Amino acid sequence: MKEIKIKIKDLTLHYGQKLALNNICLEIPDRRVTALIGPSGCGKSTFLRTLNRMNDLIPSARISGEVLIDELNIYDRNIDVVNLRKRVGMVFQKSNPFSKSIYENVAYGPRINGINERKVLDEIVETSLKRAAIWNEVKDRLRDSALGLSGGQQQRLCIARTLSVNPDVILMDEPASALDPLSTSKIEELIHQLKEQYTIVIVTHNMQQAARVSDYTAFFYLGELIEFGKTKTIFTNPTIKQTEDYITGRFG
Amino acid sequence: MMKTFTKIKGALIIGITGLSVMVILGIIAIILVVVIIGGKSQFSWEFLTSFPQDGMTKGGIFPAIYGTVLLVLIMSVAAVPFGTITALYLTEYAKENSWIAKTIRFAIRTLAVVPSIIFGLFGLGFFIKFVGAGMDNAFLGGRLVWGQPNILWASLTMSLLTLPVVIVSVEESMKTVPRELREASLALGATKWQTIRKVVLPGSVSGILTGSILAVGRGAGEVAPLLFTGAAYYLATLPSTLHDQFMVLGYHIYIMSTQSANVDQTLPIQFATTLVLLLLTFILNLIGVVLRSQIRRKQK
Ligand SMILES: Nc1ncnc2c1ncn2[C@@H]1O[C@H](COP(=O)(O)OP(=O)(O)OP(=O)(O)O)[C@@H](O)[C@H]1O
Ligand SMILES: [Mg+2]
Repeated sequence: MKEIKIKIKDLTLHYGQKLALNNICLEIPDRRVTALIGPSGCGKSTFLRTLNRMNDLIPSARISGEVLIDELNIYDRNIDVVNLRKRVGMVFQKSNPFSKSIYENVAYGPRINGINERKVLDEIVETSLKRAAIWNEVKDRLRDSALGLSGGQQQRLCIARTLSVNPDVILMDEPASALDPLSTSKIEELIHQLKEQYTIVIVTHNMQQAARVSDYTAFFYLGELIEFGKTKTIFTNPTIKQTEDYITGRFG
Repeated sequence: MMKTFTKIKGALIIGITGLSVMVILGIIAIILVVVIIGGKSQFSWEFLTSFPQDGMTKGGIFPAIYGTVLLVLIMSVAAVPFGTITALYLTEYAKENSWIAKTIRFAIRTLAVVPSIIFGLFGLGFFIKFVGAGMDNAFLGGRLVWGQPNILWASLTMSLLTLPVVIVSVEESMKTVPRELREASLALGATKWQTIRKVVLPGSVSGILTGSILAVGRGAGEVAPLLFTGAAYYLATLPSTLHDQFMVLGYHIYIMSTQSANVDQTLPIQFATTLVLLLLTFILNLIGVVLRSQIRRKQK
């Protein structure tokens, strides 16, 4: 096994009285793609959002257990959530660019970090857009509104925006579920390139996609982590029957 | 049997709703026609830009227009920032069910149903007798400057009256900023305040403007709160400081139609003044509505 980036220990989450994650233990390897799969409502998004503490925004959510990123528990009292989220970026299911220009969307993160120098911003914007494989499509229209881009371009712009603050971990919640096949394959290709530098955790409903892009796969069911392992193993030779049933589409 | 019954019921409902629409439109039409016919002979550039003459039986209404506009401006300067901050607290910071949020909301609702004359009495008691007189005693050795009706206290009283409307409409427009955008900002490591400043406020600024204009437009026609707080019967000069009294359109109409030496003779002036007040509120509302529809279009 590779080096571990994120270590989850006994993570339990309740929404009010409702148990959404039950005692999750998981080790996510560094600079690899880990896919989270499982039927709707099993807690994939909830789990993903515990990794950058986005669940803090939901008043009814109560959490116990630990999430260690680089050996540091992010639920520790003296952890600065704002800093954490700079290190752990997130790409959402529905692309959500700000109604600003393409340039300003990518410059948003650096700007809130106090970077205002034109030259530096220009450079960050360019490298981020290049890394998100969208530079060539937008380089002549950086001042145009981001809302004028196609859905797939918007999503890659959102990825560029995430990259702009230089995180080490990128969380993606069904980043391609609203996209056409061509845009989807562009995103998948992109994920492939990004994993050289970033640890990626991706939620997907698409089994082929999980098989194509991920190195490791975690199967969730009813708030429990049922099985975790190398994607190849999970897809060809799962140890647990539920996993096999789900992957082969015989779920019930 | 059943079928004819539903048919009759349908026709009845259409008839009744149609009739009420007609009644409302009819009333508006009558008001407009009466006011325009009555005031037509007076309405002129001269009328808009000159002072009243001969015990207000002749001349124009410029001081009343000036006073109304000034009142509206000062009241906006007070009500809009204050209302925006309150709305900001309610939508972004207060927990939905905390007692403090509930208390504020209760206060806003109550404020919204208080009769406007009560605001006038409150302004007299609080701003003039308490704050104003207190300022005079503390800083001016008891010389009467702030402790009497003036345009500042009148505007502040008026801003209290419009505050509930401003708060509610600002809250509405802040709520239209999608949660996804707030999350996008927070997920990039923005603080809550940065998110508000760079995402929520820019996303609702036009809504804030619209709501404010509509609220203020409503305030512009009010008279009751001004009776005790600063509106004057007649002034030979325009207000030049915040502690001057002022003339105002609504009150001017009231005076002309009840206290004038010769009510019948000044009828055209009354109608023309009414027309000006209607136009003023109409223009304010129009700006508000146009702005709003443009925002709606942009949001799609
Ligand atoms: N804010 C919330 N308040 C209360 N319950 C919630 C909240 N968000 C999610 N849940 C519940 O928690 C459970 C897990 O939800 P979650 O969104 O994590 O599932 P998911 O695996 O991402 O599903 P999907 O594949 O449909 O996106 C579901 O039963 C859901 O109803
Ligand atoms: Mg989900």
